[in-house]
Amino acid sequence: MILQGENVLKQYHHNGGLINALNNVSFKVNKGDFVTVTGPSGSGKSTLLLSIFGLIRLTSGTIIFDGKRIDNISDRKLTDVRKKSVGYILQSFALVPYLTTIQNVMIPLALEKIPKKEQYKRAAAILDYVGLSDRMEHLPRELSAGQQQRVAIARSIVHRPQIIMADEPTGNLDPSLSLEILDFLKKINRDNKITIMMVTHSPVAAEYGTLKLHLNEGKIVESSKVKLYSPELLNN
Amino acid sequence: MTISKLVLIELWKRKSQLITGLLAITLGISVIVAIQSISVVSEQNVARNLDNLGANILVLPQAASIDDYYTSDIDAPTLPMDYVERILTSTIAGVDNMSPKLTRRVKVGDQSVVLTGIQPKSEIASKPLWQSSGLTGAEIKAACAPTQSDNKSHGLEDEKLKRKAIDTLNYNDCLAGSQVAKRLKLNVNGQIKIMNKEFRVVKILPETGTVDDDRIFANLKDVQTLLGIENQVSAIEIMGCCNAISDGLLGKLRNILPDTRVTTIGQIVSTQIETNQLMKKVTLVMLIIIFFVGGISIGNYIWANVNERKREIGILRMMGAERGTIYEMFLLKSLILGIVGGALGYVFGTLAGVILGPYLAGIVVKPLYLYLLWSILLSVAISLTGSLIPTYLAAKFDPHSNLQED
Ligand SMILES: Nc1ncnc2c1ncn2[C@@H]1O[C@H](COP(=O)(O)OP(=O)(O)OP(=O)(O)O)[C@@H](O)[C@H]1O
Ligand SMILES: [Mg+2]
Repeated sequence: MILQGENVLKQYHHNGGLINALNNVSFKVNKGDFVTVTGPSGSGKSTLLLSIFGLIRLTSGTIIFDGKRIDNISDRKLTDVRKKSVGYILQSFALVPYLTTIQNVMIPLALEKIPKKEQYKRAAAILDYVGLSDRMEHLPRELSAGQQQRVAIARSIVHRPQIIMADEPTGNLDPSLSLEILDFLKKINRDNKITIMMVTHSPVAAEYGTLKLHLNEGKIVESSKVKLYSPELLNN
Repeated sequence: MTISKLVLIELWKRKSQLITGLLAITLGISVIVAIQSISVVSEQNVARNLDNLGANILVLPQAASIDDYYTSDIDAPTLPMDYVERILTSTIAGVDNMSPKLTRRVKVGDQSVVLTGIQPKSEIASKPLWQSSGLTGAEIKAACAPTQSDNKSHGLEDEKLKRKAIDTLNYNDCLAGSQVAKRLKLNVNGQIKIMNKEFRVVKILPETGTVDDDRIFANLKDVQTLLGIENQVSAIEIMGCCNAISDGLLGKLRNILPDTRVTTIGQIVSTQIETNQLMKKVTLVMLIIIFFVGGISIGNYIWANVNERKREIGILRMMGAERGTIYEMFLLKSLILGIVGGALGYVFGTLAGVILGPYLAGIVVKPLYLYLLWSILLSVAISLTGSLIPTYLAAKFDPHSNLQED
């Protein structure tokens, strides 16, 4: 098991009332799982995804990552966990606008203070992997939406994280581009044994999951495991 | 990639914004550097000029200031030349020598030059350096001649060095100061045309580091005719005997010379010291203003930059950038701004001093290199102080709430 949540509660105060964005959620994720999180808008999907590694602070509950509790550690330590072990992909790509493709991909390596030469080598290799070797010196605005999301994917895996957290990675892409990105994530998941947790609206995307969590009003109302990986999913 | 590289790229990509951020600080430092470079040099110059005067009493028109005496503008007031006679024929004792002179700023081609009419024989080639160049003739008998140690203080060891008068300066001849000779490319025995009159350059004077370097000296009579100011002079420099001065020589001179200011060099020096002290106070006030205005303006610029980059900050924090990294980003940027602002301020201020110095104070301003260091240090201090609060707030941003904004 790589990730475990126990009675995870996130409350927001709003206009004098309390909103339970996450209402005693518990889940277990094994290494190499492809977790999909679905549910209606406002059901708490993003809150769950972003609170696990402390981008949102939980009200209560326990989170264990890689055998250690991370819900009660300092901000600094959580930041360190994100830096070393987590890759994020967001719906809006979240690239730094004034940096080129390769510079964007090198950021996680820069934060880890990896030597320049190695940064370049690793970033270039990953960009080759996502098929963007010929776009290394482009700025984000000079790339198509699909290309931008591939840069974001490259950036999320370049520092060899244990887990990728993706919040609607295909939300801004048309259906065929979405499939391309999803296939990519599947490939990363399979090739590198990187655990993926992906929030999605799309039923097609949800089919990629090996562990499917369905949220409603802050609660996990359905959880199903797909034991066997079915290759034909790649082709629909 | 490194954080410093990221900062540099961001700075470069948004370089037009830099100008706004730097405006106040650069302007402020320019003003301080300009004031300082003019006043420091003018302080040195006044001391040196007066030292070099060879005289210890100055007779100026009532309306003239000591600045007029040096800048020699077109409409600078004058006094009648008869006053020289008047002093000579009076019974006042203790006047060893008098040198009347008429000084005016004139145009030679497109260059501005100070033309000074002097009376040979009476003009004291007191300027020790002039003497060493063999310019001089008969020694002036002076009760208050400088001592040997005075001369040593000018770096001249010659014990025979005494105050001597310039022997001859014929009509149509002129002497050129070293600076002006360089500026106008004058040669010995060459010609120079001043207000349609040809002068022969008989000598290029050695550098003295005073206003004299930027002057052309010609026969007084010649200059009076040329300028159409017959029988008038700008000043009479008097070599008075020290004992006579303490016996009230100044008062006696004032009595027979109406509408004049009769001052001793000592008085001028102390006036100058007062002026300089005032300038120092002005600079201090400026410094305080610049600290606030510059600091607030840089702080404001960084705050705008932080807001513009909220999302980027969120993204970096998401990827594992610590608060310290955010500090590093904005403080490094502000450090660079400080260095650039200080250096630009120094350059502009020095340029202003060099260009305006001759007009405002009649002096040649040379760059004060040490001020580059001070300008940068000051500017960096202002910039970092101003950026502290916005940077602190940027590092405190909640990463999540800034992630989705576009
Ligand atoms: N800062 C906040 N203050 C108050 N309530 C909040 C805040 N952030 C989220 N919420 C509430 O928490 C609930 C869960 O929000 P969340 O963003 O996790 O939904 P979601 O499932 O990701 O929705 P969507 O599919 O639209 O992205 C919503 O009801 C939302 O209104
Ligand atoms: Mg969401």
